[in-house]
Amino acid sequence: MSAAWLAALGGGVLIGTAAVLLMAFEGHILGVSGILGNALRHPTSHWRWAALAGLVTTGVIARMAGAAVPEQFAQTGWLRLAVSGLLIGLGTALANGCTSGHGVCGLGNRSGRSLVAVTIFMGVAIATVFISRLEGWA
Amino acid sequence: MMHMAITFFCGLLFGCGLWISGMANPANVLGFLDVAGHWNPILAGVLGGAVAVTLPGFWLLRRKGRDASGQALHWPSRWPPDKGLVIGSTLFGMGWGLSGVCPGPALVLLGLDGAKAVLLITCIALGWLGGKLAWERLYRPAAPADTHGKNTSS
Repeated sequence: MSAAWLAALGGGVLIGTAAVLLMAFEGHILGVSGILGNALRHPTSHWRWAALAGLVTTGVIARMAGAAVPEQFAQTGWLRLAVSGLLIGLGTALANGCTSGHGVCGLGNRSGRSLVAVTIFMGVAIATVFISRLEGWA
Repeated sequence: MMHMAITFFCGLLFGCGLWISGMANPANVLGFLDVAGHWNPILAGVLGGAVAVTLPGFWLLRRKGRDASGQALHWPSRWPPDKGLVIGSTLFGMGWGLSGVCPGPALVLLGLDGAKAVLLITCIALGWLGGKLAWERLYRPAAPADTHGKNTSS
């Protein structure tokens, strides 16, 4: 097994462990879009702000360790990022979840709703990448 | 304070997993989604590794039924799919495919990068708040506005 596969699996195990720990200790699903949105909606919900701070801190540590911003992200246009962000926000609000809430947690929770959500958003994302490569947008 | 320390640690661990696995780099994500081009299947390992932990972990927690301080666990409903789920997942898929970044990696990039990550997170937040308010106004006019602690499925 290559180093990239091991890193993917190992990273996945850390992600899953974080989700199980949050449920075991705090009783909440580790779904990032809902934690972000509900933190803004209920600003006194301290546990959510702490979880968000943990995620951002990872990036800060990576930066202090000398990591560069991924080339792909640095080269993505401003308008594309804005449209992408608005669609992500709107979509995850209506669907009640994103890759973490429906993917990592929902599938692990044997949720039929999450299986439907993951199938749709993966399929649509694949189609979006296909169309944007075809049209030369990517 | 203890609770905040625990959730901070969970966020940090989750972020480290995203970083180590390569999910925080949109080039990997777009490579995974590009099934018709140079498909890079490695990110399937991230979801596989994560679900290999959450599947038995959540099964045990469901049997136990309480968190470490004895409080009830907040499980989102598992069935049935509804209109919001289908429309929302479609819109989210479009947004994810455009940039290769989903909300978790976007927050990691916020700590790593400057203005572009701020713009992305701001737009995600605005889209989420706008979508939530509009949807509730359209479909649940009589529902109580405060779903604090219950509606945490995402």
